[in-house]
Amino acid sequence: MAAQTGPATPIGKQLAIGAVAWIVALLMFFPIIWMVMASFKTEVDAIATPPLFVYTPTLENYAAVNAQADYLKFVMNSVVISLGSTILCLALAVPCAFAMAFYPGPRTRGTLLWMLSTKMLPPVGVLVPIYLIGKQIGLLDTRTILIVLYTLMNLPIAVWMLYTFFKEVPKDIIEASRIDGASTWQVISVVLLPLVMPGIASTGLLSIILSWNEAFWSLNLSASNAAPLPAFIASFSAPQGLFWAKLSAASTMAIAPILIIGWLSQRQLVRGLTFGAVK
Amino acid sequence: MNKKAGGTAAPDRGVGGGIWTFPMIAPSVGLLLIWMVVPLALTLWFSFQRYNLLNPMIKGFAGFSNYVYLLRDPALYTALWTTVALVASVLIVTVVLGTLFAVLFNAQFPGRGVARVLVISPFFVMPTVAALIWKNLLMNPVNGLFAFLMRSVGLQAIDWFGSLPLTSVIIIVSWQWLPFAFLILLTAMQSLDEEQLEAAKLDGAGPFAVFFYIIVPHLKRATSVVIMIETIFLLSVFAEIYVTTSGGPGLATTNLAFLIYQRALLAFNVGGASAAGVIAIILANIVAAFLVRTVARNLD
Repeated sequence: MAAQTGPATPIGKQLAIGAVAWIVALLMFFPIIWMVMASFKTEVDAIATPPLFVYTPTLENYAAVNAQADYLKFVMNSVVISLGSTILCLALAVPCAFAMAFYPGPRTRGTLLWMLSTKMLPPVGVLVPIYLIGKQIGLLDTRTILIVLYTLMNLPIAVWMLYTFFKEVPKDIIEASRIDGASTWQVISVVLLPLVMPGIASTGLLSIILSWNEAFWSLNLSASNAAPLPAFIASFSAPQGLFWAKLSAASTMAIAPILIIGWLSQRQLVRGLTFGAVK
Repeated sequence: MNKKAGGTAAPDRGVGGGIWTFPMIAPSVGLLLIWMVVPLALTLWFSFQRYNLLNPMIKGFAGFSNYVYLLRDPALYTALWTTVALVASVLIVTVVLGTLFAVLFNAQFPGRGVARVLVISPFFVMPTVAALIWKNLLMNPVNGLFAFLMRSVGLQAIDWFGSLPLTSVIIIVSWQWLPFAFLILLTAMQSLDEEQLEAAKLDGAGPFAVFFYIIVPHLKRATSVVIMIETIFLLSVFAEIYVTTSGGPGLATTNLAFLIYQRALLAFNVGGASAAGVIAIILANIVAAFLVRTVARNLD
């Protein structure tokens, strides 16, 4: 964690670097700040020229979005789909990664790389068959099809991420507890689980983030019944539906939970996002 | 797969000695196999069929006619070019700025942790939100913040999506992916050997020499990972185009993903869309081959 300039960085230089870095950080974050600010404006204030930096804040947009009859449905769809697919994904990936990390066989390496390669299939390449299959078996515009797709979409990432976490568990601890006479189940539940729990948790968080924000399948396969928040926000793109303050309020609520999860888990995300290639 | 892999290993290896790992691995492998083979096979199959949802009377084997039609269609080449321009531009912006940001935010300064979190945040904003906020609140030519800023310094406001549609999409997508490049490169920066840097400085290396001869080579592998993973995702940019330009004006922002969507779900031309899908898959696989090789090298 030491700075690249070493511990002896003079305070003046630190402040200069800090000033530049903070300006960069605030510029990158600015669209989010501007959106949150607009969410507390009236519709008239939101489109005012020149733009208003000081205004009387109002909660009317939040009230209006929440009062919309179907808003809660979009939220519930997002919650059910991202949690459902994450639970399913972990249920499949944890045993798989566990077996691969602790009982590597001759085909483990090949299997892992093959799993990675399934992630390379561009969703748009298989849009047509997935759409037609969904239509055929009546799964279009259901939460089920999105849960299944997101599970499959995140499964290779989850297996890889968990695998790298499991690989880091010191083998000595396990052997020591076996010598002490612990049963296989005891080894797993008492020794192993506490060690790998943080890894499983951050894998779950990454899966929630990716499912919550997924837009390709949700825009193409869901309509009024199963549409999650990304599709709900997209409905604001229609010219007649364009209310900046309400768009901002709905957007703020849609991204807030994921932003917080992202802040909490950013360190662990790197290995999941790079398949363990960068740690 | 891996049947009794643990059984042949030494009994004191692993958690409980030899166990049968097949039931633990098979569900994931089986599902991914179905996920990979079935849609892929269907896409290939449809691409050789005359199949339009609007006209069920037209049916049968089409030979290569879908491909011939597609390859003769100038829209395909426009879309391919747009795809390449979009991917390449976003890659250049995110990798160059991401590297500079990684160096900057690796230095010590007050409030570093919070500042890093702010830079990473755009990555967690869902694509439809990012696109609509940029398009309206920032880039609107009349009421947007950018228009106001340009007018207040005496310039003419830019009609972003009217006159620079692809550039506008590139800016939005870059804003979303710059944090990804930054996060990965920053992580790689943190493993840079402190003593090597100090030694270089003692030898009289200036900041530019340090950057180009020590930092850039150190980040090489992380950079290649960033480039490949971003390419995979950027080839399929869709939602940002869907909510801002719908591929227009004309074909100005129609990338391959959007072209396939239009052919499939707007024109219901299953055969033609599938042929384009096969092209998208081939493109992605060329990139993927490199990625898998890089990751494989790291697996040992």
